[in-house]
Amino acid sequence: MAWQWFHRLGSPRWFYQKSSAWLPWLGGAGLILLLVGCVWGLGFAPEDAKQGNSYRIMYIHVPAAFLALAGYYIMAICGAIGLIWKMKLSFVVMRAAAPIGAALTFISLFTGAVWGKPTWGTYWVWDARITSMLILFFLYLGVMALSGAFSREQSADKASALLALVGTVNIPIIYKSVDWWFTLHQPATLKLTEASTIDPSMFYPLITMIAGFYLFYAWVLTLHTRSLILQREWRTQWVRELLGQSSVATGSTR
Amino acid sequence: MATETMATGNEGGAGDNERLEAANGSGFFTLLRTELLLALRSRADIVNPLLFFVTVLAMMPLGIGPDPDMLARMAPGLIWVMALLATLLSQEALFRGDFEDGSLEQLSLQPQPLYFAVLAKVAVHWLVTGLPLAVLSPMLGMMLNLPSAGYLPLVISLLLGTASLSLIGAVGAALTVALRRPGLLLALIIMPLYVPVLIFGTGTVQAALDGYSYSAQLAVLAAILAAASALAPLAAAGAIRISLDH
Repeated sequence: MAWQWFHRLGSPRWFYQKSSAWLPWLGGAGLILLLVGCVWGLGFAPEDAKQGNSYRIMYIHVPAAFLALAGYYIMAICGAIGLIWKMKLSFVVMRAAAPIGAALTFISLFTGAVWGKPTWGTYWVWDARITSMLILFFLYLGVMALSGAFSREQSADKASALLALVGTVNIPIIYKSVDWWFTLHQPATLKLTEASTIDPSMFYPLITMIAGFYLFYAWVLTLHTRSLILQREWRTQWVRELLGQSSVATGSTR
Repeated sequence: MATETMATGNEGGAGDNERLEAANGSGFFTLLRTELLLALRSRADIVNPLLFFVTVLAMMPLGIGPDPDMLARMAPGLIWVMALLATLLSQEALFRGDFEDGSLEQLSLQPQPLYFAVLAKVAVHWLVTGLPLAVLSPMLGMMLNLPSAGYLPLVISLLLGTASLSLIGAVGAALTVALRRPGLLLALIIMPLYVPVLIFGTGTVQAALDGYSYSAQLAVLAAILAAASALAPLAAAGAIRISLDH
């Protein structure tokens, strides 16, 4: 009885119908937070004593990096749920999470490079965190490439879920080994700003941006999941009815 | 017709009979022996990765320049990266033949867990690629002007490391076995997972060259091998079942 919600969650149709009510809230709240965070961080937060205005890219860079990592775990957990409980919806969410996570990883790498130029004098350093983000990017691309290679959706789902899980086991090991490798090589003493030493006047806009990114992520993930559901279930009755209705609706408004 | 069956019988027939024995329940070691016999009978599969390893390493000085000091500095990394590529390229065929002739399906129907079958196949893969690569590596180290202090750590790290590489690669090989052209895809999905082994493998040799003790790096490589031999065959077995479903 208590598990009823869980089984209902497995139905793509149920999710599609429910999520249409969530979308405006997620999207609205996310965009408002992002807007507030951007204006606050880019316009009103004080200038950094050493880095000047260039540090402001942090307000994009840090939340993107946060979600790039969290997104991988979301993808892998969804894959695990799909493999264990054979839940259709969970695979769809996993497939939807891969390109979004890869895009966020790319954004964090790109903004990191842009930030690196004025502060470190170079676009790219083989720093431990940068390197492990790059490997995370490759892991995302691997999952996407594998899921694209299968012609049968079920096989693609299961195979990419398994790969995502194997990647999850590896992420801490990769992170630790890259960290170790970095300390071994001892390059110039470059350090990313520590979050704990940050001034509150810079911290609050950052927190706003992180919250905004989370909501935005949830919004985009839901949107992408919905579109994947429609693509996959296009043969079913409810999708046909939905599409038929909407075409009738647009027909009538015209 | 008869000659054709004879020709294929040379490779497949002997193996199939022995596989039947394995299926009768004699288990891991029978499969290991069978696979080893099969591997030893197709010599190209053993020689090609080694030739690849040697040829590409011989290209390196031509590309970088023959300066002995620079080669010596790059030797551990070059040898390790090439060992990694040679393992990866040979891994594509790990389950392919068995998948195509249906024996992989038979293996998956056996009463013994698929885990052991995967472990046996990976062990054989390591015996015919990783082991010769490790044995051959001092010679290549010599050609790349690697200081003699690096020989022993290079061999030991390759022995431990290539076994992990074979195990991790087996997951990728199992995931892509049902696809028609998995070559590049296999490299794409497996390379990131190879990172820790590569770092600690070259780290071992580098520590020895810098005059430090390298036992810590070897311990980590051994730990990775232990974890990989426990987990990777499980993942590969799961991947094989997915691929058989395809």
